[in-house]
Amino acid sequence: MNALIISAVFGVIMMFSGILLKNKGSIRAVAIAGVLLLLAANIAEMCSGPLFHIPVEGMLRFERFSLFFNNIVFVCTLVYFLLTARDMEKVGADYAEYFALIFFILAGTVMVASFTSLLILFLGIEIISIPLYILTGSDKKNLRSNEASLKYFLMGAFSTGLMLMGIALIYGSTGTFNTTLMSIGTKTPDLPAVAGMLLLLFSMSFKVSAAPFHFWTPDVYDGAPTVFTSIMATIVKVSVFIGFIRLFQDAFGHLHNTWQLWVAVVAALTLLIGNITAVFQQSVKRMLAYSSISQAGFMLLALFAMNSNAKEGILLYSLAYSLASIAIFAVLVRMADYSFEGFNGLARQQPLVAAVTTICILSLAGIPLTAGFISKFYMLSAVMLTGKYLWLVIFAVVMAAVSAYYYFRVIQAMYFKDGNATIEAGTGFKVLLVVVAVLIILVGTFPSSILYWLYF
Amino acid sequence: MIALFLILIPLVTGLLAFFFREEKMARGWALLSAIGTLTVSVLGLTVLKAPANLRFTGEWMGNLGSSFSIGLDGMGQLLCLLNAVAYVIILLATWNSSYRKANNFFGLLLLAQAGMMGVFLAMDALLFYFSWELALIPVYFLCSQWGGDRRIPVTFKFFVYTFLGSLLMLTGILFVYSHTQSFSMEAFYNSNLPNDQQAWVFWLFFIAFAVKMPVFPFHTWQPDTYEQSPTAVTMVLSGIMVKMGVFAVLRWLLPVLPVASYSWGDLVSTLSVTGMLYASLIAMRQDDIKRLVAYSSIAHIGLMSLAIFSESQMSIQGVMIQMFSHGINIIGLWIVVELIERQFGTRKMSELGGLAQKAPAMAIFFVLIAFANIALPLTNAFIGEFLMFSGIYNSQVTQYNVILTVLALVCIILAAVYTLNMIRKVFFGDAQILTAKAVDLRSSETLALGILAILILWSGIYPQPLLDLTSNITDAILNKADVMHLIKK
Repeated sequence: MNALIISAVFGVIMMFSGILLKNKGSIRAVAIAGVLLLLAANIAEMCSGPLFHIPVEGMLRFERFSLFFNNIVFVCTLVYFLLTARDMEKVGADYAEYFALIFFILAGTVMVASFTSLLILFLGIEIISIPLYILTGSDKKNLRSNEASLKYFLMGAFSTGLMLMGIALIYGSTGTFNTTLMSIGTKTPDLPAVAGMLLLLFSMSFKVSAAPFHFWTPDVYDGAPTVFTSIMATIVKVSVFIGFIRLFQDAFGHLHNTWQLWVAVVAALTLLIGNITAVFQQSVKRMLAYSSISQAGFMLLALFAMNSNAKEGILLYSLAYSLASIAIFAVLVRMADYSFEGFNGLARQQPLVAAVTTICILSLAGIPLTAGFISKFYMLSAVMLTGKYLWLVIFAVVMAAVSAYYYFRVIQAMYFKDGNATIEAGTGFKVLLVVVAVLIILVGTFPSSILYWLYF
Repeated sequence: MIALFLILIPLVTGLLAFFFREEKMARGWALLSAIGTLTVSVLGLTVLKAPANLRFTGEWMGNLGSSFSIGLDGMGQLLCLLNAVAYVIILLATWNSSYRKANNFFGLLLLAQAGMMGVFLAMDALLFYFSWELALIPVYFLCSQWGGDRRIPVTFKFFVYTFLGSLLMLTGILFVYSHTQSFSMEAFYNSNLPNDQQAWVFWLFFIAFAVKMPVFPFHTWQPDTYEQSPTAVTMVLSGIMVKMGVFAVLRWLLPVLPVASYSWGDLVSTLSVTGMLYASLIAMRQDDIKRLVAYSSIAHIGLMSLAIFSESQMSIQGVMIQMFSHGINIIGLWIVVELIERQFGTRKMSELGGLAQKAPAMAIFFVLIAFANIALPLTNAFIGEFLMFSGIYNSQVTQYNVILTVLALVCIILAAVYTLNMIRKVFFGDAQILTAKAVDLRSSETLALGILAILILWSGIYPQPLLDLTSNITDAILNKADVMHLIKK
């Protein structure tokens, strides 16, 4: 509750700060203070309950899981602001508005992570999406940015339509929007509810860019200004995933056996398409877009398994994937050339930056002792513990091996090839990168220290 | 405590090594660390061999059913000793090689040692998997950064092969875990999976190990990688790292999946023998010494794999001893190859010749090591190979024991052919243009080869300590792997 209100209020504050504050540094400081406040308020709610007592009529439920997830989102946003906020200046003149939009996105993520009513889910998804359409097109003079924005908007609007149709069908069948009261599947399965479920499955797959609903992703991620691709591919994506999982657990939990095969197929297809296509990319940015599809495939395994390992795993996965991606994007933003060759010889010019990027890439590839490994491990063990569809596990690990192929191309370019790639990196930037790397390794070595907060 | 120190020393010194600016300092630091590890390893074998010293259990990932549980048994002792001795020898032998960014080189080298120690010590499947991967990453960087011209694609092939293998192994580990709910070795040994499940889980594990060993047809990364890696890394790879595969089969495959190991045994043995013959025939046609040694290594590893799946007391004990001996011998071969390459800038036998007159000390050592490589009596490899052959011949688990023994023996004859041929071409005959100005060994190299020669002869003449060390663990493994009582029923 705290986080929802404060993030919405801060969105407004940031809008006005653009008028009141002329100095970009102070705008940035306000934004960072805002995220810190959000984080503090959310932790306070975890410890001692909400500050605001607003009747929500059972449409929102702030339980441990969602509050914990909010923390992950805010930590990632903080890292994102600290690493890349300065680079947002280059996108356009409306510096304060970018922050305002991001705070609105955060409000949306909080709603998606804590909804119990389908209406709130819908609202949350829209509150996330609309600022993103704007951010995608924020590089106004750039044709590709415009194209990406339009494409994203049209596709997004279409999938929202599907979602509304699904919600309507479910409402028609059960007479309620409340996910916990629907109990679909306890009685004889009725066609409208199942059809609604499928529509929701498709539209949510669309939002998390799962195959075969992923076609917008590479173009949008590639066309959007890189600073905003970063937030789109990480924080937004994992938030929608949490919504996805909450929806299917609360509303359709009883139909688990019915949709499990669908999800397995979608996950396998996402892994296949994301990984295989990523292999052929020449631009690191586009490669990261496809890799985000393949990572979504791994996260879908949590949806598939839906046991306690999966729920712990998806939290770890959100953290691991977001942290590593944000750091890599932060480096990428400062590169002159986004192609793989553009990274040639970075290790010689900027050894520290290259080392941290390497750790992030190893984490994405799932090498032990990094957060990425432990989260993949949780996903695989979650599927294994269901005792069904073992081919999915084997398929996923084969695809993980494929992913090493394209991730390691970046490492090869940085370390083993000659070139003079370099980036501007101040001391503060480097220190932060090191902090991220240490976090990744700490989470990878002692995941229980993070998960501890989920229960106590 | 011994077990913990064996991991910690290389790990900590390896991380510190990155901060040395000067090459000499980094090199000295690495050697110091290697000597420290060796001392601890020897202490564990002699003064501090009480079981309490050899085990260590720490809290780690308890919510997953895993723990930081490490320990030394006979087989672990032997391989840790190999790991420790090999590093001292490798560092001595490459004392005069110069590396760009030497601090990174030695840091990664020591981290690889820590990873391999973890593999040999792990008593927990998850910890084993972690170490298995962590040994690979530094080696990947070492080969790709300091290797030959084709290093990037070649090393990458190696990496992807082994990474895919280890991920499949992870799936296998997870599958067993889904039955045991614990990663501890005892739980794995008592998992008793149903036979039909063992049959396919076997391959998840075995592919990972077969890639590492390598067993035909998973060997294709090996000759290229050996050829392209810097020599110190080639020694680590062929001397120690391939033993990880053999070791892992003994520790994590035979006892965990006994029925599958028995039922697939004939197939694996066939693959091993095929690989031996194939590698030996190719080795005969090589002109490049480095590739010749690489193929000869495939043949030797094939014999070990064959012996493991014969599942007899003698063959398994032979494998353990041979792991140690082969590690020593192949490092010796690489040292000489490296010396030759550095002096003459070529590894082609056709361009070399007559070295024995110019460099007699090198020739003596090389001939000794080559004899050990073809397992002449009184050398260390004879003990291992003799045990393995008698074990294979007397194997209870296969009905093809005679034909397998005969085919494997053919490979030993072929090994003698190509090894002696190499000696003849490189060291005898007339001196070529290149070899006319050859110089003999320097002191650090003499020291390294001297240690090797002592080890070769000592364990060849008096192998009893090695036999004592490995007999208990062999019994333990066979006890778990024994499926005969199931068949008799």
